Amino acid sequence: MTHLGTSTTAPFLLAPLHIGAFALKSRLVVGTGKYKDYETMQRALEVSGCDAVTVAVRRERLVDAQGRSILDFLDLDRYTILPNTAGCFTAEDAVRVARLGREILDSVDNAGKSWVKLEVLGDKKTLLPDPVGTLEACRELVADGFTVLCYSSDDPIMAVRLRDAGAASVMPAGSPIGSGRGVANPASIALILELLKNPASGGDASYPVIIDAGVGTPSDVTHAMELGADGVLLNTGIAHAQDAVRMAHAMRLALESGYHGLRSGRIGKKLHASASSPWEGRIGEGANHIIAGE
Amino acid sequence: MMSVEPTILIALNGVEVSVPAATSIASLVQRTLPNARAYAVELNRVVLARRDHGTRLVAAGDHVEIVTLVGGG
Repeated sequence: MTHLGTSTTAPFLLAPLHIGAFALKSRLVVGTGKYKDYETMQRALEVSGCDAVTVAVRRERLVDAQGRSILDFLDLDRYTILPNTAGCFTAEDAVRVARLGREILDSVDNAGKSWVKLEVLGDKKTLLPDPVGTLEACRELVADGFTVLCYSSDDPIMAVRLRDAGAASVMPAGSPIGSGRGVANPASIALILELLKNPASGGDASYPVIIDAGVGTPSDVTHAMELGADGVLLNTGIAHAQDAVRMAHAMRLALESGYHGLRSGRIGKKLHASASSPWEGRIGEGANHIIAGE
Repeated sequence: MMSVEPTILIALNGVEVSVPAATSIASLVQRTLPNARAYAVELNRVVLARRDHGTRLVAAGDHVEIVTLVGGG
């Protein structure tokens, strides 16, 4: 699998990320939960440069403590809303929530009505996905016409199964949701990328794989992109940073760094040093002296 | 003697509430959540399309969920 391009002239732009019929200019998808207030969320989303944001579906209480709705702080003309099925522990509940999310977004005429971030969880403490329930719900939602972005563990075979079930994107967790541990198992992510994206392994280079969950710091985003992920979905790493808006900026830069770094062809790792300055012409070593006029 | 409007019991967002018989879903939303903007309604575990909210009446024992979007990851 090669990512090397031939472009050598700035500005270096990110190619759009295609997921089903969606084309995202930014490869960062940012969550809207856990910010200290809506204003901070709004600024962080703007600075992140994202054009898709995740939301959750919950029983209507309509308002925050000050009587405001999150929808008052999301520009629905600018952002494609990606509803999730977070908090669902059965395939049945996830399918119900996905359909409710579609109905809500249909009522506000947002393009996000046709896609869903599918989560079926298996355990409250780790929030690790239930692979069986996830696969079951994925099949049902695909049959119902959804573009399904599937949150998964970092199990390579599970990733293949989800793709085969029709998931428009498989989104393996770097590490548990909100843990801030980054890509804990890069070898597994590399295997997922090989199986899903390398034609020699039955993959398709254009199939989008997004690292979802676990990002704590910008270098985690860079790491994911350098491994070959197509994008990163994160929430807590920005929302719970002491300066969420500045962290959103940092995450954006980190994603671009990893994206371009991968496509630049990094050097190989060597045991020994390799001097960057020439040996020839150093002063103080007679053998290297050049005698004028010689 | 005052007439007493007949009521029925339904489960609304997991809470048992008493509503007048022959209440439509649209009326239920208006009555309980007058500021509702972007929401969806599920009746007995099936999404009820917006176009049916005005005509569909709740029945005793119905389970109604009214949901909206909140922050999430």
